[in-house]
Amino acid sequence: MLLLILRRLIQTALILLGVAAITFLLLYALPADPARMIAGRSATAQTVANIRRELGLDQPLLVQFWTYLQGILQGNLGRSYAQKTDVGALILARLPATLILMAAGIFVEVVLGLIFGIIAALRRGGPVDRVVMMASFVGVSAPQFVVALLLLYVFAVTLGWFPMSGFGSAAHVVLPAATLGILGAGWYARMVRSAMIDVLNQDYVRTARAKGLSSARIVLRHALPNALLPIIAMIGIDIGQFMGGVVVVEAVYGWPGIGQLAWQAIQQVDIPIIMGVTLVSALAIVLGNLLADIIAPLIDPRIRAR
Amino acid sequence: MRVLKTMLRQPSALFGLIIVAVVVLMALGAPLIAPYSPDNQMFDGLSIEGAPLPPSAQFLLGTDTLGRDLFSRLLFGARTSLVIGLVANGIAVAIGLLVGILSGYLRGAVGGLLMRFTDLMMAFPALLLAIVLAALLHPSLWIVAMVIALVNWVQVARIVYTETRGLVERDFILAERSLGAGHLRILFVHILPHLMPTAIVWGTLGIATTVLLEATLSFLGIGVQPPQPSWGNIIFESQSYFQAAPWLVFFPGAIILLTALSFNLVGDALRDILDPTQRGRG
Repeated sequence: MLLLILRRLIQTALILLGVAAITFLLLYALPADPARMIAGRSATAQTVANIRRELGLDQPLLVQFWTYLQGILQGNLGRSYAQKTDVGALILARLPATLILMAAGIFVEVVLGLIFGIIAALRRGGPVDRVVMMASFVGVSAPQFVVALLLLYVFAVTLGWFPMSGFGSAAHVVLPAATLGILGAGWYARMVRSAMIDVLNQDYVRTARAKGLSSARIVLRHALPNALLPIIAMIGIDIGQFMGGVVVVEAVYGWPGIGQLAWQAIQQVDIPIIMGVTLVSALAIVLGNLLADIIAPLIDPRIRAR
Repeated sequence: MRVLKTMLRQPSALFGLIIVAVVVLMALGAPLIAPYSPDNQMFDGLSIEGAPLPPSAQFLLGTDTLGRDLFSRLLFGARTSLVIGLVANGIAVAIGLLVGILSGYLRGAVGGLLMRFTDLMMAFPALLLAIVLAALLHPSLWIVAMVIALVNWVQVARIVYTETRGLVERDFILAERSLGAGHLRILFVHILPHLMPTAIVWGTLGIATTVLLEATLSFLGIGVQPPQPSWGNIIFESQSYFQAAPWLVFFPGAIILLTALSFNLVGDALRDILDPTQRGRG
């Protein structure tokens, strides 16, 4: 078990190194020149050259990458070109808002997914099942930004139940979290349904029924725990999916998280921030998967035995 | 033919097929169907105060903030979405097939390396990567298609890899090998045909993802650039106005949803028919 975790940690470090290398190469190969962006349109060639030297952009590619890696190992993600501050500090300051949004979104997703997935599995093939499956398809096919704008229009503009945008109170979280959660719930519902159908067909569930246990008890105490595994793996993957969706949702709702930070940085070609957010997102994805791998054997003895 | 017949019997797949056909007709027949030119900024397309007009007999779905006919723009937007859907997704499936087959068949150092690279790509937040690339590349229709292809091949590669690994172990491949068949013959004559159902299913499901991704990028202003109409950039152009003119968000949003939903429904039905072991799965 310990060995497994150690191996996964080394893999994680290697993957992060790869992500850093690819992001670095991509941004280096792009036509946008950060020195020119900072200097502004009217700057002289001399000014641009000075800025380039100051930022170390005149160094060879490998030297730049090495400097960058050394910085990361010391917990230093570089300095923002536009805001002249430490990228790590900028990201840390924005991270809590994004984590709140993610936690709320995943909560909505999992709760809705579990409820509708279980109902559909119990009524397999019936009209309820078909409606739930159709709704889950609509959920995974709906563009996030449209749903965000529609929720905004109905619940903030027309009904005035929730604030239009911003951050600060519980009411502010509702619409952004609902946007992320309602759409994501589609995947969970399908997943829970198929996992539950597998489990409900097994002998021990039939035994439990034969013993005369109530339907609720069979589902909640006997079947559900065994169907939880794929859902936990799913949450691990989901953390990664969220990082992209967060950019869109934070842009629409003016939510001051790292998605908004990345979005502003992209428009200013603020490469250190873009790199920083990409790295943090990749870290979240890898850690999410790692966490799912570690939690799985804790709740399922069958995996421990392997 | 058998596939089509089976699909026509399922209400949801039939619905999907009909919408897909409608969108294709919209795209092909755009110049014939459109009542106005999509770029025509009409004087009578705006109210006296200069606001866009709601749906009416003259402008079926209303007009946008520049007085252009929304219905005509949606028709031409269907071209953008479908072209990007087919090109981006075609490239993504091709790359995915190539990487998946090679890494599944070759094993060893090359196969391992390819698969590690795929794992690495899985760790990238796809939408974020697409946003970064599109924003920094001075987007055009083709750049957007490339960006989407670069992001979307990964999933196909993983699935093809797993299937190829399974196929290579099968007896008929062993028999073929002992008869002296070369690698190319085994790959193209014996393995590739078995992967076609997977390619078709993911090719269809992928169009849904692609349409959504293109709309999202265009909505953020880093996808297809106005005045060329795309369903996403129609919403991008009018989002600050949407409280006063909700139809400018509602109609393009609805058609994005319907198109993505239909390709998902058709893809799912195809998966059930072509690969019965996956029936009823996520």
